[in-house]
Amino acid sequence: MGELVVEKIENGTVIDHIPAGAGLKVLNLLGIGDGTKVALLMNVPSKRVGKKDIVKISGRQLDEKEVNKIAIIAPNATLNIIRNSSVVEKSEVRLPKLLAGVSKCPNPKCVTNSEKAETKFAQEAKGRFRCSYCEMLFEAKELLV
Amino acid sequence: MLRGNDLISVRDLEKADIEQLLKRAEDMDRTLGAGRTLDILKEKIVATLFFEPSTRTKMSFQTAAKRLGAQILNFTSMESSSMKKGETLADTLRMVDGYADLLIMRHAAEGAARYAAEVCKHPLINAGDGGNQHPTQTLLDLFTIRKMKGKIQGLSVYLVGDLKYARTMRSLLYGLGMFGAEITLVAPAGLEMDPKMVEEVKEKFGTSVTQKTALNLSGADVAYVCRVQKERFADPYEAEKVQKSFRITMDALKGVKDDLAILHPLPKIDEMDPQIDATKYARYFEQAKLGVPMRMAIIAEIMGE
Ligand SMILES: [Zn+2]
Repeated sequence: MGELVVEKIENGTVIDHIPAGAGLKVLNLLGIGDGTKVALLMNVPSKRVGKKDIVKISGRQLDEKEVNKIAIIAPNATLNIIRNSSVVEKSEVRLPKLLAGVSKCPNPKCVTNSEKAETKFAQEAKGRFRCSYCEMLFEAKELLV
Repeated sequence: MLRGNDLISVRDLEKADIEQLLKRAEDMDRTLGAGRTLDILKEKIVATLFFEPSTRTKMSFQTAAKRLGAQILNFTSMESSSMKKGETLADTLRMVDGYADLLIMRHAAEGAARYAAEVCKHPLINAGDGGNQHPTQTLLDLFTIRKMKGKIQGLSVYLVGDLKYARTMRSLLYGLGMFGAEITLVAPAGLEMDPKMVEEVKEKFGTSVTQKTALNLSGADVAYVCRVQKERFADPYEAEKVQKSFRITMDALKGVKDDLAILHPLPKIDEMDPQIDATKYARYFEQAKLGVPMRMAIIAEIMGE
């Protein structure tokens, strides 16, 4: 088998080091159905993690909420911002201390699910998040709704 | 510390805040004991909003506010209000916030008090938000235990009953942990305390927490009992069965410490033999009464008087 060739992007964002199999989820949460040109590479061999997925998004950068969402699914992902075909900025995603307006509260009895309140989850030990309203504690991955 | 602030959750309180409230509650208790009341809130209006019925808690708060000289504005149940017509909680709160100096709210939604406090300009006290928090109950429980036993640190406190669904027990575990009690959790199988809660208290305060399933109170200084929350069971017969198997009978009191204090947040239904009421161990009616001086202390501290 030859090398898989994927067109390089001129301007945009490359999300690297997504756990193998989670790339589709990343695409879904970014809600890219608006004609943005994207490429998803799955099960790419990686020295660091064995196998990984990579998402390339052309002509677009991510906002803070999107980066936070990616951090939940792919806590070790790296972001490469591409301008004029070269990487101008490289960063690792990090789960923030406070996740605001990123996810619904999984507790159905939480007030944020009945009133118009923006959700807030504050990070605690072991990367868990506590809802600032109902005070229930969740694993980061439980916050994906 | 509490001045001008809300009281939403025990998690917001430092030990020093609670110490201050315990001290203030002692003063209030002495005042009441001497047959006196206060008028420090003479010019103030306290609104109670109970979206979920709780006659006891509401009466306790209203008594406390009246003993401080405040006027009570009572927002009554959902049926008589426009909530049914779809008025949002936020709108109702903003209206009452325009009339009152302090709001006291109970609501079925978890986190409702935190949300309400964000909406309101005046301070707000959480009188229970679904299965989440009931901080004034915890404060009155700590006050009761310290008044009866002279201390909390090192006391052997058993929390007995449905520890899975009773919010009282979760908040109390936190409060007791903060004050260094030795805690034993006794719950029927399937109704154990949320392990994350136990872990939180152990890690935050280094408290010893032991878990048991057998109903044996022999080592306890305080046994805090609560009912099985039947409304949380899908099958009422199952709830009945669990409650029957976990009833505190006169037999269960054989071999207990002579000065064991049995506490209960009330109302109690059938989780204890009514004969226990007449024993020296039954201290829950005193406990209920101590809710008034503690709530007076909380209101006075928040109002900065
Ligand atoms: Zn919540």
